[in-house]
Formats: sequence, C-alpha cells, structure tokens
Amino acid sequence: MAGTHPVAFKLNGKTVAVEVEARELLIYTLREKLAHTGPHIGCETSHCGACTVDCNGMSVKSCTVLTVQCGGAEVLTVEGLERGGALHALQQAFHEQHGLQCGYCTPGMLMRAYRLLQENPKPSEQEIRYGMAGNLCRCTGYQNIVKAVQAAARKLAAAPAAA
Amino acid sequence: MGESAELTEREQKLQGLGTAMLRREDARFIRGQGTYIDDIKLEGMLFGAIVRSPYAHARITAIDKARALAMPGVVAVLTAEDLKPVKLHWMPTAGGDVQAVLADEKVCFQYQEVAMVLAQDRYAAYDGAALVEVEYEELPAIIDPQQALAPGAPVIREDIADRKEVGHGPRTHPNHIFTWEAGDKAAADAAFAGAAVTVREEILNPRVHPCPLETCGCVASFNKATGYLTVYVTSQIPHLFRTVLAMLSGIAESRIRVVGGDIGGGFGNKVPIYPGYVVATVASIVTGLPVKWIESRIDNLSTTGFARDYHCVGELAADRDGRIRGLRFSALADHGAFNSQVSASKLPAGLFSICTGSYAIPNAYCRVDAVYTNKAPGGVAYRCSLRVTEAVYLIERMMDVLAQKLGVDKAEIRRRNFVKPEQFPYTTALGWTLDSGAYHAALDKVLKAVDYEGLRREQAAKRADPNCPTLMGIGISTFTEIVGAGPTKVCDILGIGLFDSCDIRVHPTGAVIARLGTMSQGQGHATTYAQIIATELGLPASDIVIEEGDTDKAPYGAGTWGSRSTPVAGAAAAQAARKIRDKARKIAAHLLEVGEGDLEWEIDRFKVKGSPSQAKTMKEICMVAHTGNIPPGMEQGLNAVSYYDPPNLTYPFGAYLCVVDIDRFTGETHVRRFYALDDCGTRINPMVIEGQIHGGLTEAFAVAMGQQLPFDENGNHLGNSLLDYFVPTAMETPRWETDHTVTPCPHHPIGAKGVAESPHVGGIPCFSNAVIDAFAHLGVTHMDMPHSAWRVWQKCQALGVNKRAGS
Repeated sequence: MAGTHPVAFKLNGKTVAVEVEARELLIYTLREKLAHTGPHIGCETSHCGACTVDCNGMSVKSCTVLTVQCGGAEVLTVEGLERGGALHALQQAFHEQHGLQCGYCTPGMLMRAYRLLQENPKPSEQEIRYGMAGNLCRCTGYQNIVKAVQAAARKLAAAPAAA
Repeated sequence: MGESAELTEREQKLQGLGTAMLRREDARFIRGQGTYIDDIKLEGMLFGAIVRSPYAHARITAIDKARALAMPGVVAVLTAEDLKPVKLHWMPTAGGDVQAVLADEKVCFQYQEVAMVLAQDRYAAYDGAALVEVEYEELPAIIDPQQALAPGAPVIREDIADRKEVGHGPRTHPNHIFTWEAGDKAAADAAFAGAAVTVREEILNPRVHPCPLETCGCVASFNKATGYLTVYVTSQIPHLFRTVLAMLSGIAESRIRVVGGDIGGGFGNKVPIYPGYVVATVASIVTGLPVKWIESRIDNLSTTGFARDYHCVGELAADRDGRIRGLRFSALADHGAFNSQVSASKLPAGLFSICTGSYAIPNAYCRVDAVYTNKAPGGVAYRCSLRVTEAVYLIERMMDVLAQKLGVDKAEIRRRNFVKPEQFPYTTALGWTLDSGAYHAALDKVLKAVDYEGLRREQAAKRADPNCPTLMGIGISTFTEIVGAGPTKVCDILGIGLFDSCDIRVHPTGAVIARLGTMSQGQGHATTYAQIIATELGLPASDIVIEEGDTDKAPYGAGTWGSRSTPVAGAAAAQAARKIRDKARKIAAHLLEVGEGDLEWEIDRFKVKGSPSQAKTMKEICMVAHTGNIPPGMEQGLNAVSYYDPPNLTYPFGAYLCVVDIDRFTGETHVRRFYALDDCGTRINPMVIEGQIHGGLTEAFAVAMGQQLPFDENGNHLGNSLLDYFVPTAMETPRWETDHTVTPCPHHPIGAKGVAESPHVGGIPCFSNAVIDAFAHLGVTHMDMPHSAWRVWQKCQALGVNKRAGS
C-alpha cells in the first residue's frame, strides 16, 4: 500500500505516535500497534459496540474511525478508567451487579456508560437502555447492565469528584 | 455470640453453595485485561484470510494465485491442491461424513472455504484474498430440504453419491443422510386410530445462528525443532479438539497443547472443528511460523455453527377431556452441505426424543430425516442440548394446538397431562427416565404470581372491544429439559465417552487449585466450581483457584456445552473433594486419637461426637497432611482426581408465562411481562443463575421474535451481518422476572441439574405461544417464527384485523 502517515494523539492521558496507512482503523492501531486490547472487535460494521472508546468527549466505535482522523485527539479506552489503583465506579458496579458474563462486550459497555453518565448524570432506566442501545451483549440480557449503570450513577452523584 | 451465630459465620466465610458470591473472573474483564483469541500475538505470526465461494453450488475450474502472491506482505496461498500431499483437504466429521477443508473441485455452499492467503498482517492477507482468481461453473442449488429429496434433484455430494450410509442407517436418495427413529410406531398409530381427538401442525424451527459477540478463531503454532504443536483456540471442547487434531495431523496427542483462553461467548458456535482451524494448523506446520485465523462477522454468520433448520410435523391424539394418548413427531432436518452436525455417535438426531416433554404420554413415535442442501454445514445446539430446543418447541406448541382444538384452557391442558410427582422416576415412551420433577407446583406458583385468571379476563374484555388497538396474548411454556450429556453408555463423540473430570490439589496452607475438563465462556466456572469445592472441603472459595482449557494442565473432559458443566464436571468436583475429605477424616482421627466413626463433619472441621471442643479444622489438616504426622502407611498430600460418568442425564424444568400486546395496525409485539420460574435442583450461586436466565431468555426472545438466516433461491445468503441478523439491544429486550422452586436431582452428588439453557429452550415456545394466543380467537393455531413486526403484520392483514372500525 502506498505511504504511511504519522499520527500523534493522547491515549489515556499519554501522548502516543504511530505510522499508519490512511486506511487503518483506530481499533487496529489501538490493538495491534499500541497494545491496548481492551477494545474488542465484534462486527467491524459499527453495530455491536465492543470497540467503543471515548474520543474527544464522544463515544465512538473505533472500528469505523480512521486512525488518521485522530491526530491530536484525546482517546480514552477501558484501560484508562482505573485511576491511581482505584476502579471507576462503573467498573465496580458492573462487578457488583453481575453486569458481565463472558466479558467481551464489557470494555465497550463501560466506555459507553462512562460517556452516557457525563451526558446525563441521572438517567432513567429507559434513558440508559436507549443510551446503551449501540452496544450489544449476548450474555446478560442487559438487565444487570442497566442496574450497574444506575448504581454507578448513584455513587458518582454522591461523590462527584470521583467522575 | 451464640453457637448458631458462630456456625453461621463460619459457613458464610466459605462462600459455598447457595451464596451469591461475586464473580472471580470479573477482575480482568472490567479492566479490559481478558485474553481472548485475537489478543494472542506471537513472534513472526502470519495472518490467514480465507477466500470464499460466491456461489452456493459450482464447479471450480481454475484457481490463479499469481496476483495474490505478488502482493507485498503475502507469503503463501493454500488451496485443496496444497493440502492433498498431507491428506488434509478433507476431514472426517463427527457425523460419519467427510467435509472439505478447502473446496476440492467443487463448492457446495456460499462462502465455502476455497483458499487461505497467508500474509504478514491482516490488511495484507485480505488484500491478497481479494486477488485470488477462482473460476467457477455454476450449478443449480438446492435450498429447500423438501426439494433435496425430489426425484432427479441435483446431487449435492457427488463424492459420496455411492455411499449406502452416512453415519446412521441406509440412505434413500443421494441427498439423504439418514433416517432416525425412536418409540413404537405401531402403538402410536393405534392410539391415533382410536382417539377421540387428533391435531396436526407443521412447525418450523428456522435456521438461526448463536452469534456470540466474539467470532471463532485460532492461533496455531508449530515448533519444527521440537515437533510440538500449540493451538490457541476459541473452543468449548479443548480436549476433544486436541484429540481430533492428533487424529488429523498424525502428531502425537502428547505433543499437542490446546489452550482455550477467555472466550467471548459460545452458545454452541464454538463446539465444532472448523476448516479454518485445520488450514491454519497446516499452514503453521508448513511455514514453521505461528498462524492466526479470525473470522469476520460475515464469515461467522455464513459458515460456522448454524442451528436448527428443523422442518417439523407434530401430531397428538387425545381423549375428549384432553388426556394425551399418542404422539407422532417428525422432522426433516436440513444439515447443509456436509453432515458435520454436532452429535453424539449413537444420537444422530441428538436428544430430539425428549419431545414428550413434561407429560405422561403412553404411546409415542418420532422420526428425523436429515438431508443435504446447498447451505453451510456444522449444525450446533444453540444454547441447548443437541436438538432439544426443536423437541421442546414442538411439544409446547402442540399442547396449545390441542388445547385450542378442545376449547380447554392452555394451563389446564398441561396440568391434566403432567407427569405427577409420585410417578418419578418416570420413563417416557421414548425411553428417557425423568429423574425428578414437581410440575404442578411450578405452574401453580407462576399462575398465582401473575394473576392468570385476571389476565384471561382482561384478554376476554379486550377481544370483546372492537376499538381495542392491541391483540393481547398469553403464552405458557411448562418445559422439561434434558442436559448433562452424558452417561458414557449412551453418549460418546468419536468413541470418547462424555464423562468429565476434576483434579484438586490442596496445598499446605489450605489454598486449592482445581482443574476441570470443561471450558467457561462466561458462565462463571471460576466462581461456581470454587463454591462447590468450598462446601465439600470446608475451605474458603476465595482461596480456591479454578483452571480450565489448557490441555497440558487440565484433566480430560468433554468441555462445556449442553449445560453439562455443573451436571458432569460439577459432580466430578464434588466427588474429588469427597475423596480428599475422606483422607482428611483419617488424618483427623489419627490426630485426635479416636476412630473415624467417632468423628462428625461440621462446616469446616471434624469434631469428636459428644465432645465438640475436640476438633481439627480442615485448614489444620491441610498442613498436617504434608508432614510425617499422618496415619502409618498413608502417603503425604491431599490431592484427588475424579472422572465422573453420570448415571443419567438431568432434567431441569420450568414454568414460564409471557404476556404480549400486539399492535394490530403495525404488527409490533410488546412484551408486557415475562415471568420465568426455573427449577435447576440445588442452586449453587443465585446471582450467577439469575444472570444465566436473563441471558437465555434474551436469546430466546431473539430467536422467537427476529432471528433467521434467510437465503434466496440460488443459495445467496440474505442476512449475514449484524445489520440484518437480529441481535436485540437493551431497547428491545424485555425486563425479566425470575422465580424458582428446588427439586434436587436424586442422582447428582450435590443435587444440581444445570440451568443456562433452560431459559432459551423454554423461552422460545413461550414467546411463540403468546404471539399465537393473541390470534387464537380468530382461529389461528400456528404461526412460524420469527414473529417480526413485518410477519405479524402480514397475519393481521390476512385476517383483516388491521382495519379501523368504520374504515
């Protein structure tokens, strides 16, 4: 393939630089070049959300974002949720509410829920279901994922600094 | 603190049976630190991309690799010609057939594997795959299994056209695979001949797909220097996988290591041995480099592990009061292009003969005819035991059909026919011995919880109101499952019995490692097995580590499918732990200088009867077992292995009720309520059980309401991406209400029966029964799945119920 392009962006707070073909998708850059295998590939057509990461304050499906679009971006993946050895309220809540089984959708679910709670800190059950509808799960039936997001929202509301 | 409080505290500390212990496996998953197949990266690893057939049926006239090979990064292109020297262009299947690893002169289904391009990375591999030029001569395709058996139909499998038998019994047509029967046909026919009432319905279980979120894949790594082959793979059956690889490759089984890491959902899709695995393995042997092969979503939905495609006819004969006298069920099974259906050797149609359900049916006969079509092979059991969903769907639908014919309430018809509690163990007319059950109590509990009478009154009122915009339906399913395959006298794959195993090692400090022959795909084995062992050994579950899936470490077992982990490997865990406890008892008696019979077990220790202050805790015994202070002649250590061959399968059951409101103008179905009562015997972890039921019900909802793999008349796949194939989101998925009764399994060491598949098996007919019940007053007795808005609207349109009053 014709030439590569240098791209630098912030990944979980640290600046990273890669050389990529124009066609390379962000999910492959993250997984293959930057050793961040938390985001997963489930469909490569934007339907399943397993590859969801946060980019410039928005949830994006990294299987349909070109890495060259990410120059200068702030990218947050599941690996960046834990801060100073403390799990994010969402990580803790997914564990406590049994919001995961095989774990494959979990990184995408967590990242989508992370952004959802910034957009809407007190979502109703229906708002959570709607807000998470871009992320598929085959194991849980979503009920405990909804409970986990609700529990995390309550915890974050009680201690807003932790967000 | 009183004595009972102290006992409770000690018991709670163990987090054993019955505790909603949080899952041990979560810690890595919530951090994105799981190790799934595509996370494996080995030095020098190549990526393999498969070139697939655009036609469902065609001869291959030429393959030109030149342009692909000229592509930068492409290392090799493998076709059937390249596999011939090692005789791996075809592979034997568990169903007694052979399957093309790479298409040999002919393709028999769309997306069939034709070549594999090996390249230095994924992008280069797919670039290369696009440049492999294959010339085809198209042949007429057969998509309908009925047409497959027509006289003069095109022969799909010319390679075996002359074979008289494929796996089971004589063939009647070149596209016929086998006929399998169970029961007494003459007795069933006689019951029909003399019956007051008979009903018959044609009922389809459409071709669907388990569609786990992670697709299938492997990394094969052959070390030329040592002759040692390591295969990392998304397999639900790592040990059988290794055995098959040894048989195929000729490499000694002891030199093959299969490693199943974290698996992103299986649901049956990850049971078979697929061509991609075999080609990747050969490619690694040939190149001496590790080779990764990962399916795309389209590959996954198109080629690996479909389910169902059972075209059934159900017939029941009954007395005038609705007591069933006879059952005749048959199925035409579309197995696709090769008979690589997952099945036990003696059970080519799986456990289909469980189709008498929860009912005492004196005369029964069932028959399955399997045929080839130009569709993908490799039929699996999608979140069920082999062909059990098909069987349970048929009986649970037919109960409703019979009720409607007789004008009897759909709960009442079931109550009249249930096997009664005092009849257990009950041997069905088709030969299964249902070990335990309490069907009436389960149904009654559900009916009371939802106010069934009130719901029926509401339904009657709505039916009487011409302006009511919705059609209300109430679905009931009172299913019995059959899981835990299985007794080796009945169940084997390739001659290997379907026992399972557990190897427990207790260390001096009381910390435990247990290894089992199963393979978790999200079921929480690391938690629940630890809880079983904690209760048996009196050591805390938090100190018990569970390992599965690495064939170099774990004892041999048949893996995780058919809800067999708890019924079989869970039993092995309890048995192995009991061997250890027996030895510990001897050590305790020695230390306390009493006879073994003077000791009694209490939670985590042996006490001297009548002298409770004299006791030795398990933790103390663990240390002593590694010293010289043990009974004379005893060996040190506190380890045990158990291989468990179950005496019978297990029969979890449940009573489900679903209420739907169907918009008669749009055909959209709203699930107002779904109440699921499950009886899985002894409950190990209520939290995990509930999670499994939520997931199984959601997959049932998916199958009933939207899933189908459709084809056009040329065999083109019409729905193989997540745009087309229905996977419910959080928006569509109903809220689930769960409940339970406990009827322990009498033949299982801890009384457990298995649970994860019940909600799928029992849920599908419950949804269908609800949707069809909404139309029952209009004379409708059956509608085939999926009950998508479009299909339901068509029914509304055909019945004229989508017209507004006065319009």
